[in-house]
Amino acid sequence: MAREQTGAAGRRKANGAELAAKAPDTEAKRGGGRNEGSKDELLQYYRDMLLIRRFEERAGQLYGMGLIGGFCHLYIGQEAIAVGVQAAQKPGDEVITGYRDHGHMLVCGMDPKEVMAELTGRATGSSRGKGGSMHMFSTEAQFYGGHGIVGAQVSLGTGIAMANRYRDDKRVCFTYFGDGAANQGQVYESFNMAQLWDLPVVYVIENNQYAMGTSIERSSSETHLYKRGASFRIPGEEVDGMDVLAVRAAAEKAAEHARSGKGPYILEMKTYRYRGHSMSDPAKYRTREEVDEVRKTRDPIDHIEEMLEKRGFADEAALKAIDAEVKRIVADAAEFARTSPEPDPSELYTDVYTEVTA
Amino acid sequence: MTDVLMPALSPTMEEGTLAKWHVKKGDKVRSGDVIAEIETDKATMEVEAVDEGVVEEILVPEGTEEVKVNTPIARLSGDDAGASKPAAEAPKAAEAPKVEAPTEDPQPASRAEAKGDPVRETPKAAPAPAAGLTDPDLPEGTKLVRVTVRDALRDAMAEEMRRDPDVFLMGEEVAQYQGAYKVSRDLLQEFGERRVIDTPITEYGFAGVGVGAAMAGLKPIVEFMTFNFAMQAIDHIINSAAKTLYMSGGQIKTSIVFRGPNGAASRVAAQHSQDYAAWYGSVPGLKVIAPYDSADAKGLLKAAIRDPNPVVFLENEMMYGHEFEVPEDIDWVLPIGKAKVRRQGSGVTLVSYSRMVGFCLEAAEKLAAEGIEAEVIDLRTIRPMDIETIVESVKKTNRLVTVEEGWGPMGVGAEIAAKVTELAFDYLDAPPARVHQEDVPLPYAANLEALSLPSVDKIVKAAKAVSYR
Repeated sequence: MAREQTGAAGRRKANGAELAAKAPDTEAKRGGGRNEGSKDELLQYYRDMLLIRRFEERAGQLYGMGLIGGFCHLYIGQEAIAVGVQAAQKPGDEVITGYRDHGHMLVCGMDPKEVMAELTGRATGSSRGKGGSMHMFSTEAQFYGGHGIVGAQVSLGTGIAMANRYRDDKRVCFTYFGDGAANQGQVYESFNMAQLWDLPVVYVIENNQYAMGTSIERSSSETHLYKRGASFRIPGEEVDGMDVLAVRAAAEKAAEHARSGKGPYILEMKTYRYRGHSMSDPAKYRTREEVDEVRKTRDPIDHIEEMLEKRGFADEAALKAIDAEVKRIVADAAEFARTSPEPDPSELYTDVYTEVTA
Repeated sequence: MTDVLMPALSPTMEEGTLAKWHVKKGDKVRSGDVIAEIETDKATMEVEAVDEGVVEEILVPEGTEEVKVNTPIARLSGDDAGASKPAAEAPKAAEAPKVEAPTEDPQPASRAEAKGDPVRETPKAAPAPAAGLTDPDLPEGTKLVRVTVRDALRDAMAEEMRRDPDVFLMGEEVAQYQGAYKVSRDLLQEFGERRVIDTPITEYGFAGVGVGAAMAGLKPIVEFMTFNFAMQAIDHIINSAAKTLYMSGGQIKTSIVFRGPNGAASRVAAQHSQDYAAWYGSVPGLKVIAPYDSADAKGLLKAAIRDPNPVVFLENEMMYGHEFEVPEDIDWVLPIGKAKVRRQGSGVTLVSYSRMVGFCLEAAEKLAAEGIEAEVIDLRTIRPMDIETIVESVKKTNRLVTVEEGWGPMGVGAEIAAKVTELAFDYLDAPPARVHQEDVPLPYAANLEALSLPSVDKIVKAAKAVSYR
């Protein structure tokens, strides 16, 4: 398996080996046919990424106000991945992920109001208040969760791909997991079956450098996670997960591989989360400087903003208009989530079983 | 104008110290900027701005201790109409939670709003599953043929696979080898390798793959070579299959059957000899079936495959080769959740499932010889349990003995005894008795193994004891 390179690393060179979320070490050749994106596409990605960030900031605020309970894992810093992969999907393709799932739900078309209302545990939430932050689903959006057990979504996503293959419907299941889940045994059980049966699944590893509070160097004997499929003959590549176009290009290639019947593909997205693992994590295992460095030099939203301005696709006023629109959506979602009623007590015993119809 | 509130850093935090301000009056802040540091007894956390604006006023100076969650700590002047709306209303939402511990009341705003709903009724438990369920009548002239439990199970799968193209079988050695216990004999030949799938020896993984396929709308039958190995897969059976319908607010259905031999075989020792009926029987979202004879094995497996819910189907290796009568040439489907009275009697009620039903029937003959007429109830379904049939019987016999292969503590018998005590306390003439495996891992030595497991003699002894004989 040859190591692949993607990503516009040249423009976004990481400075210093100490930077945890450095871009893929080898600089990609520019201009070699990479799709630079149209104006509309870039504006859409900017909007979607901004929506995730503002949504998550608001979720953090609502958590602080006691309106969101339990565990809440924010996606801030990783926005380019969900947005870039979504751009490579075709209608009908499925998405499944772990519990850092708010961003994926927003880009796959779930209503921000319903997502936020689920976070606050309200009847209007996407799981009618019964799932919470970590357990949300949408059959309409082909979003299969939202799973709270680290690594479980990898077997489940492989099974969804098995259903695709069974039906021969040319769909691909995009199965996300983190660098922490990458050490779970069932991931490798699934890799084995996926390759054995040529299942149309793209494994998207969001390597944000920390498995909860343990850095990848301290938790993984092989830190290049894209190599983890090698013993199953699954091709993999490392991608600059802070660059939405690099993500899109890699996801398109991987999806094509899976869709054409060649089996699974692994994408290791190098990324970084700005916040703690969950809301109650003070993130003492890394320095403020490390976080600031990534925010300053590799922020995925700043990056696309620069790109838009440099290519003359949007002046400051246009971007401001998008900012205002996103803020309004998030404000409305927060208001909806705050004012919606809690589930009716009669909901306690619903949805335990599906009624058997004669 | 926007108030910045003292945030809770965890579900249990009620107050903290405002350790440091990173901004001062007149500073411009953007979303995501660190504006302050908060200390609790557990951690120091940074507070980031959510809204943009200019710091108008610092309301709580740095160094202030015991600042209650949701107290306004600073004031921003908003510079953007879109941002200011919800934040401006935030103090209103913040008023409610101050009085109550956030752990106990994570939805303070709505509690305040729920004033029109003063009485919270305890919802009723799920309706009794057995109500109105009966085995189908056999049409006039139906022939009964003798079939082994093994072939009855095979026939059930074959018939359902013919009926529904979404049904498929996966598991270790189910295809080419024809089943480790030959339960899937000839299925590969009829249905091909797309629908009869050999998996690697990888229970956790293939159980998860099966559940994923079910979430995507297929109807997998996942065979475990034995349920002992399914312990590696129990996470997917419970966390992924049983809970997802509920967690998704009814959106994601998981129609899947997990089946295979359960309980003790013969001389295979502790790791290969466990009865999981009580384990799975305690989980809402699962249905759990443990049939005794061929007709029930067939009729209930067909029902399980058609059921839109995850079903754990517990077979017994020792029963595979036993022959019983099965109705021929009809679509034989039995109701899940209905027990069967296998022997009528008025002296004592014996309740059991799977292989132990045969032991109970044998014990009943011995008891009859001593003048005690036992009623033998075959649960057939562990969850939902047909407690009604048991209670009706106890009202008649006034005595209860439960029999299971599994361990006693927290067992199926314990549950039945509790239910009968609740529902028919006044009818009991003796405390319920439980026969079960001794409270040890199952030993290998033949004599110790026999000592450990339930036996006909132990059942007879227990029945006599509750009859004060």
